[in-house]
Amino acid sequence: MEYNNPFSLQGKTILITGASSGIGQATAIACAQMGADVVITGRDAERLQATADLMGEAKGQIVADLIVQEDVEKLVAALPPLDGAVLCAGNSTTLPLQFGTREKFDDMFDVNFFAPVELLRLMYKKKVLQKGASVVLIASIGGTHSFMPGNGVYGASKAALNSVMKYAAREYASRKVRVNSICPGMVDTPLIHRGTITEEQLAEDAKRYPLGRYGRPDDIAHGAIYLLSDAASWLTGHDLVIDGGFSI
Amino acid sequence: MNLEEFIENFAAQFDDTEADQFTADTKFKQLDEWSSLAALSIIAMVDDEYDVIIKGNDIISSDTIKDLFDVVVNLRG
Repeated sequence: MEYNNPFSLQGKTILITGASSGIGQATAIACAQMGADVVITGRDAERLQATADLMGEAKGQIVADLIVQEDVEKLVAALPPLDGAVLCAGNSTTLPLQFGTREKFDDMFDVNFFAPVELLRLMYKKKVLQKGASVVLIASIGGTHSFMPGNGVYGASKAALNSVMKYAAREYASRKVRVNSICPGMVDTPLIHRGTITEEQLAEDAKRYPLGRYGRPDDIAHGAIYLLSDAASWLTGHDLVIDGGFSI
Repeated sequence: MNLEEFIENFAAQFDDTEADQFTADTKFKQLDEWSSLAALSIIAMVDDEYDVIIKGNDIISSDTIKDLFDVVVNLRG
């Protein structure tokens, strides 16, 4: 009996931002493995090429800095019609709130909020997102919980992103475009190894996760595959928490 | 930058420890009030006041306030 795997991404063209490292890179590779034609974008041509090499082949590689309006417009103009997009590009900071100046908030919101929101807006407005397309935004449980001291500035930017996700899901449903987010707990990516928090502190913190470890980029990539696939055809406006049980 | 001022900025990150507890030789990680949030505040204060980024390991490897002061002085070059 023939079985059409509802989780397959065969025949779908999917954009991944932040594809040079971490969750974006893992998602690009996983989507390619699931049969998608993957277009990747990131700020650095060399690092993007490294991801393309790991994927075997990328349908497209477009260098863009998404906090630069001109780059976003060029990216959108260069994109093929899309069946899906996973907006992973983002940054984090660990900063007690009493040091959270407007400047620090602006820096974080530029990358984590305004950049993906503008890209999403233009992809929809220019009809790059085809009917039935699925968009996945990478938010964070930092946007729904105070999961670690010092993450207020970061968390606020992700909470704002999650809010836009829900409005976009409602409005874009008229074109059958689905919009969901993933709220990961701490995922082991280069972002968390910048030294503000020591490796010992990270190892200690990982013990607070019921499943006993931080996430791996693939844990999030696999959630994204589900949201992109036809298996999630009736799912929109949802924030999928993938956090090893942290927020139970 | 001078040590007196650094000690003052350091002390300002604490609420319950008396100001006279903070000297160049204070072993700050032994203070009752020391916490991971205090460490983050010290890192942020140094970024704010001295424009250099210290890491969690700089704090781990410093015993006294003077030790950390020296780290900041070195980073400022």
